[in-house]
Amino acid sequence: MSGEGQAGVAIADAIAAPQKPASRRQRPRGGTWVLGVFSAIVLIYLLIPIVYTIVFSFNDYRRTNIVWRGFTLDNWLGVCNAQGVCQAFANSILIAVVSTVVATAIGTAAAIALARYRFRAKSAVTLLIFLPMATPEVVLGAGLAAQFLTAGVQKGIATIILAHVMFCVSFVIVTVRARVASLDPAMEEAGRDLYGSPAQVFFRITLPLLAPGIAAAALLSFALSFDDFIITSFNSGPVSTFPKFIYTAAARGIPAEANVIASAIFLLALAAVLITQIGAAVRRKRVSTR
Amino acid sequence: MAIAAFAPTTAGAPQGETKRGGRTALFLLIPCIAYLALFFLAPLISLVLTSFQAPRLYGDIGQYDYAFRWENYADVIGEYWPQILRSFGCALAATVIALIISYPLAYFIGVTMRRYSLAQSLLLVLVVAPFFISFLLRTLAWKQILSNESPIVHALQAVSLLGPGEYFIGSPAAVIFGLVYNFVPFMTLPLYASLERLDSRLLEAGSDLYANAFTTFRTVTLPLSIPGIVSGTLLTFIPAAGDYINASRDFLGSPDTSMLGNAVEANFLVLQNFPAAAALSIILMGAILILVAVYVRRSGTDELV
Amino acid sequence: MARAAFADSGADLQLIGVRKEFPGFTAIDDLDLTIPAGSFFALLGPSGCGKTTTLRLVAGLESATAGSILIGGKDVTREKAHQRPVNTVFQSYALFPHMTVLENVAFGLRRRGIGDPVAKAHEALKLVELDHVSSRKPAQLSGGQQQRVALARAVVNRPALLLLDEPLGALDLKLRRQMQLELKTIQGEVGLTFLHVTHDQEEAMTMADTVAVMNKGRIEQLGAPEELYELPRTAFVATFLGQSNLFAGEIVSAGDDVVAIDVAGRRIAVPTSRTRRRSGRVVLGVRPEKLLLHTTAPDYDSTVNSIGPGRVLDVSFSGVSTSYLVAVPGFGTVTVFAQNMVFGPVVTVGAEVWLSWRVEHGFGLDDDPADLPQLALDSDSEASLDEQRHRAVLAATDAEL
Repeated sequence: MSGEGQAGVAIADAIAAPQKPASRRQRPRGGTWVLGVFSAIVLIYLLIPIVYTIVFSFNDYRRTNIVWRGFTLDNWLGVCNAQGVCQAFANSILIAVVSTVVATAIGTAAAIALARYRFRAKSAVTLLIFLPMATPEVVLGAGLAAQFLTAGVQKGIATIILAHVMFCVSFVIVTVRARVASLDPAMEEAGRDLYGSPAQVFFRITLPLLAPGIAAAALLSFALSFDDFIITSFNSGPVSTFPKFIYTAAARGIPAEANVIASAIFLLALAAVLITQIGAAVRRKRVSTR
Repeated sequence: MAIAAFAPTTAGAPQGETKRGGRTALFLLIPCIAYLALFFLAPLISLVLTSFQAPRLYGDIGQYDYAFRWENYADVIGEYWPQILRSFGCALAATVIALIISYPLAYFIGVTMRRYSLAQSLLLVLVVAPFFISFLLRTLAWKQILSNESPIVHALQAVSLLGPGEYFIGSPAAVIFGLVYNFVPFMTLPLYASLERLDSRLLEAGSDLYANAFTTFRTVTLPLSIPGIVSGTLLTFIPAAGDYINASRDFLGSPDTSMLGNAVEANFLVLQNFPAAAALSIILMGAILILVAVYVRRSGTDELV
Repeated sequence: MARAAFADSGADLQLIGVRKEFPGFTAIDDLDLTIPAGSFFALLGPSGCGKTTTLRLVAGLESATAGSILIGGKDVTREKAHQRPVNTVFQSYALFPHMTVLENVAFGLRRRGIGDPVAKAHEALKLVELDHVSSRKPAQLSGGQQQRVALARAVVNRPALLLLDEPLGALDLKLRRQMQLELKTIQGEVGLTFLHVTHDQEEAMTMADTVAVMNKGRIEQLGAPEELYELPRTAFVATFLGQSNLFAGEIVSAGDDVVAIDVAGRRIAVPTSRTRRRSGRVVLGVRPEKLLLHTTAPDYDSTVNSIGPGRVLDVSFSGVSTSYLVAVPGFGTVTVFAQNMVFGPVVTVGAEVWLSWRVEHGFGLDDDPADLPQLALDSDSEASLDEQRHRAVLAATDAEL
């Protein structure tokens, strides 16, 4: 198929002519075309608002960023000119980093326990861990806010972090647990057999093998925290975050600088993911041709 | 949490550390359990307590005392029943539409594109790409794309799908449109995961046993993807039922489309009527838990979690 | 703790009264076993017989419910896996995917703080002829290469005892034969004690100098491969290790040389040295390749047992030999393997034949015939020929599996 750097060609290939005439059952059929075209339309539907957001980050806007007034780089060059946007962004980053670190640490430990050990209260613990994911955010947010209210806790960055760790933990556990479950127990046994003490086995065998799962969990956690609005709005008090900034600005018009920040994050994340994916594909190819 | 509850179970596998399992598992789980008990369970309980509170006599707005005022529930249901019905109606419609849109996409990526692993991963990246950019901004983008002055709306008016003077933004259809848009990736990913695992030899066996394409799909593919359908619909329905962004009048909705989430937000953050907000939250959570329990039981998948 | 020191040679392993219970069942029941230093010892048995559990107990990956485990005379029962001078070649190889081949092999040396681990790892890789792939990751190797890396990773530590857990199970037949020879050569070179667990009887017999046949958590019989094959003591060993024809009969006389047994009215002799029972009912057996086919009744000869006439139910040609299924009234369906010394089978289905074997080829089992219900033979004479053939073919297929 395609080598490195030809991702675009690969996608075009994939959507336009997805079948190789290799096996009898895989002959191209009308149904496949319809499916491919339909999928392309759905993907375009998913991507339209993203493209819109990026395009309007270059808009030479006046008071509202709704009508296209011409191309400019001013928004990108002076991101922090719009009042409050950079402060909100910095808060969001701080909250997301701290929440991710805490949620990943306690979630990973719990995931290992759930995947590896049997104990009597397991189903109750599992229920407790998965219930937050089955609870609408508005309930999580209101509940925590009610508790902070009763306890007389002043809302601020700390309460936001406490709230974010709570809903991120479950997602971390799901992600890491899958990785632990797919880990061959013989790996750790081999480590013990080869004179590794329990700590050495954990740090030299278990942790490196779980690393991809833990990294994925941390990324997910970061994304969830960074983009959360509903729970944050109940527990933030006067503190602004990036989503909160957008929500409050929505009524009077979003400054294009917000689009700039969102677009920059999007492009960075997309580039990182694409590089990993293509890199993995190249490695796979190299292995299979050995 | 009793420590004895962490004793190893009797039905152990003949492998692993069944002996020290209890203590190690306890040690690993304590932080997580303590955290969730403190910041998930306790808040739920305080939400229940708040929902029964009564206004303080001669108190200010926002001052309440513990009581057992169950009338709070009757009051909020009486006042907000349209929002409650609208929440579940919109969430259901959005879930069904998202499933119809996502299934072919997930099938295309997970089954049709199976032999092209790079293309498969790149298509998946496109599915998750919306996660990388603020969902508030994306929703606002739709608001502007479909605004009253937009050519799309004029076209819809021209073909009489919208009457003259009728607009898209602010209608229930716009709210459902936004919900569908926001949750298609949440629906597609679990569907993809279960379809991707589907053994293509099973499909071949199906067609080998004289089933046509449609029968094979109905009797083999669909039943085997039920776990994906169940988790995808739950991942869509639950947040959609509690969502208040799409229905908000600053986004795709109007005062006539407001949902349960909007009522909770307004009562809690604006009106400071905490008992009403709490009662509405409990109604939302209770209804969802009942629906989910019935749904999971009927679809026969217990392996959700 | 066996730290920082290479074992100069293998040590012996002793299991004394070892029992292992899992919730709900007993995997190993009161096991006594001694494996001499420097030997290649195979633990053979069907899946679920407790052989892998025994191995895991020795490795320290499971802890025994009762009994003690001694390596080189030292009690290691309470020692953890990483403290025992034992290394394992895992069934799935369990090569660490995030390390190179070299790092995998050097892992154990580094943990024990042994000097110059890299050079020693290279040396071990040279032993298995894989030094040229030392910088690759395990995923880039073929199955056979991974197997050899797993072996090098264990051998490099010079353990007193090397445990092999079905190490060849994942390889195809040709590669497996080649690796069997290689393993044996390497064992000879390094002089370690090998404990090899397998369900493949041929593998056990080719490789090991001592084989223990295990069944239901107990050792049924232990000895050199030829000894086990030629003189099995139980019906399980007789049928698990190769195939056997078994007949139940009543001992009529026990002399110094032979024990005479009445089977369906016919007198069969078994050497006194090859049966432990002296009176009552007994099960006797003979290997299919020891049987001769005759188309006429053989003359009487005191050194030969003969039975018949019977009818040939099935003839199947398998290259080096032909196997016949013969229904002999009172003896059931008897399997005969004949070398293909002439072209094609010598008799055809339906032919009337007699069977004979030399007295010294028979053996008497220790089992009580009442415990072997499959030897209820009387119904055979009444069953139709087709039915018998069908049953015999099924039995033969079972034995193959």
